[in-house]
Amino acid sequence: MNFEFSDEQLMLREQARGFLAQHCPPAVTRNVLESDADYDAELWQNVADMGWMATTIPEQYGGLGLSYYELAIIAEELGRVVAPLPFSSSVYLATEAILQFGSEQQKARWLPLLASGEMIATVAMTERPGQLSEHSISTRFHQDTLTGQKQPVADSAISTLIIVLAKNADDELVLCACDATHPTVVHSSLRSLDFSRGHSAVQFNSSPAEVLTGKTTDWASIQELLDRAAVLVAWEQLGIADVALEQACEYAKQRYAFGRPIGSFQAIKHKLAGMYVKNTLARSNAYFGAWALAIGSDQLPLAAATARVAAIQASVYAAQENIQTHGGMGFTWEFDCQFYYRRAKLLSLAIGSERYWQDRLVTGLNNQTPNAA
Amino acid sequence: MDFNDTAEEATFRNEAAAWLANNQLTAAETQGLNRLQIAKLWQKRKHDAGWACLGWDRKFGGRGASAIERVIWDQEESKYDVPSRFFVIGQGMIGPTIMAWSTAEYCERFLPKLASGEEVWCQLFSEPAGGSDLAALRTKAEQDGDEWILNGQKIWTSGAHYSDYGLIVTRTDPSVAKHKGLTVFMIDMHSPGIEIKPIKQLNGESDFNEVYFTDVRVPDSYRLGSVGQGWQVCLTTLMNERLAIGGGGPGADVKLAIDIARTVEINGKPAIEDSAVRAKIAEYHVLEAGLKYNGYRAITALSRGELPGPENSIGKLVGAPKLQSIASFCMDLLEEHGVLWDEAQPLFDGLAQRSYMGAPGLRIAGGTDEIMTNIIAERVLGLPQDPRADKGIAFSDIPTGGH
Repeated sequence: MNFEFSDEQLMLREQARGFLAQHCPPAVTRNVLESDADYDAELWQNVADMGWMATTIPEQYGGLGLSYYELAIIAEELGRVVAPLPFSSSVYLATEAILQFGSEQQKARWLPLLASGEMIATVAMTERPGQLSEHSISTRFHQDTLTGQKQPVADSAISTLIIVLAKNADDELVLCACDATHPTVVHSSLRSLDFSRGHSAVQFNSSPAEVLTGKTTDWASIQELLDRAAVLVAWEQLGIADVALEQACEYAKQRYAFGRPIGSFQAIKHKLAGMYVKNTLARSNAYFGAWALAIGSDQLPLAAATARVAAIQASVYAAQENIQTHGGMGFTWEFDCQFYYRRAKLLSLAIGSERYWQDRLVTGLNNQTPNAA
Repeated sequence: MDFNDTAEEATFRNEAAAWLANNQLTAAETQGLNRLQIAKLWQKRKHDAGWACLGWDRKFGGRGASAIERVIWDQEESKYDVPSRFFVIGQGMIGPTIMAWSTAEYCERFLPKLASGEEVWCQLFSEPAGGSDLAALRTKAEQDGDEWILNGQKIWTSGAHYSDYGLIVTRTDPSVAKHKGLTVFMIDMHSPGIEIKPIKQLNGESDFNEVYFTDVRVPDSYRLGSVGQGWQVCLTTLMNERLAIGGGGPGADVKLAIDIARTVEINGKPAIEDSAVRAKIAEYHVLEAGLKYNGYRAITALSRGELPGPENSIGKLVGAPKLQSIASFCMDLLEEHGVLWDEAQPLFDGLAQRSYMGAPGLRIAGGTDEIMTNIIAERVLGLPQDPRADKGIAFSDIPTGGH
């Protein structure tokens, strides 16, 4: 049994943490949160220089050809600093979509640009409130153009390429790549509860697009794309959950009430211990998710859903109770507790809610559990 | 048991409802006025017709009404969108404190103008070092002849910037036990040396202030209770906090959850048909209904002349976390659309998102979840207190962790 990262991977973590401490202190996130910017362009460039966008892209396409373990490590570190970056859109979703669905020629065209960070891309699936499903898609791909509206689309206004889930003339699902800067593609900014990330409604008006032709698109393959992203997002959520717990512990030791540190009261002590338990279980589930993703296990659907549900629960709880532990100060704009509260909820909704993944979890469990004789 | 009004109560309700129906402010009257000016106009109208501070004596601008009549009035008034929050603290908490602790002369000076809405009051209790542990407050008051000189800082003060007067608790003697060295004063908020800074909250709004005091002079005659009796005076105010009915405005609730669940789909069917969604909504309904009927029982007790006790802590203890949880659940039902919080395109009025961002404050303000739980454990169930590290020693000797 070896259920731990390698020494090299642990070194990458240390290096990433040090790098982000220097290049993404809380002030960087706050600047984006308090401005109209959708991301921090300088940080994006710095992260690109580190090669993080290139992590899992094969070397033949200008990538580093590393494993998903390395990408999971980076995801956790980006979560810890609530990085104001389109990393999840561009890397876990768009790059993955091209890797999974792109033709040889499409991969060769876009992956090098994505690997270098020169291109930011995003994925547009959802159109209306409620569960994403095959029949909720009404955007049309017809005669090499896209028509329809997607919202909310994360990071679309700063993307140059959008991967769009649409239906063709035969009512079959297709994933299309569309130039996000084409004049027929209209981005209308929408405020989300996490101002440190940009969201838009995107209107396609007979916008030129091409289908990703490397693999047939059906609902099962779309779900697999989401499973893969779910593992990586879970690692980001873990980063959030851990920092929220660290901040709460730190404050509980410093803050005095009734002549004692508030951390000496069981109400607080048990709350923080409870956060630790949730975080630890979520981490172990995320390990299994990373393993299933890295080796391409057929257990991925269950592993991803388990990691996702645990990470949602841990991160939302930790972010909430970090504010509660800080008392009134935690509810101020000035304190950083809000970053984690906003981002935890944003990521919990970004690729499907807790309920959606619980449903998927039980489907996976049902499929993997043999019938009793 | 009977949920209907008695004959007298029904008569009173009809009278209140009729007056409310015929006396709403018109658009022409409120044209160009801000929320505070509208609130003052409405308060004056109620006052002139005898519908202000219903429980107060008529000579102070009240109506001498019974507790149940106050509840009926509040129920009827809450059917209209009228601004009331500006006066909740002054009329609900500070007025009764002045009545209990000040002179007849000051009652006549201050209460009628408080009832008519002419003067607004704020409550200056919480401090950076005195929140859950209110009695750890440090704002200092030193006597100088027939005046006191105040120095220090208050925080989380609602409405300090538009208040005319405040009720402030200060430390007058740090050498005695912490609850013994406190003294309460009324204070003119326009006094020199008072600086008010709004606090920007996590949700972007500013409902509270920091208030700084630098050599602010207060006449000794503005003192409530004797020197060192401040804690008892504070308890009068805090006891009335339970009686003051503060409408928190609309928030995410079962009705919103049902609205959304009827609209969105899960696995091709309306979400309201999904058993997991139904189970969650049922849980929330049990909480909401329990609180509502708990409220009815409290009103019944009130109508029998019983005072609301510590058991009423249950309302906030259940209500605030429930708001956070159901808001989160409503956002989940919307899936990715749940992240949107756009004033220009509100989804279901943005109620879920606004509640989610406001709820952390509600779980803290006016007694944190943890303090409310302690109140129930210790004051209702009679369980022993934690050993106290701050008992029986001088305030100045209490450990503060170097702060």
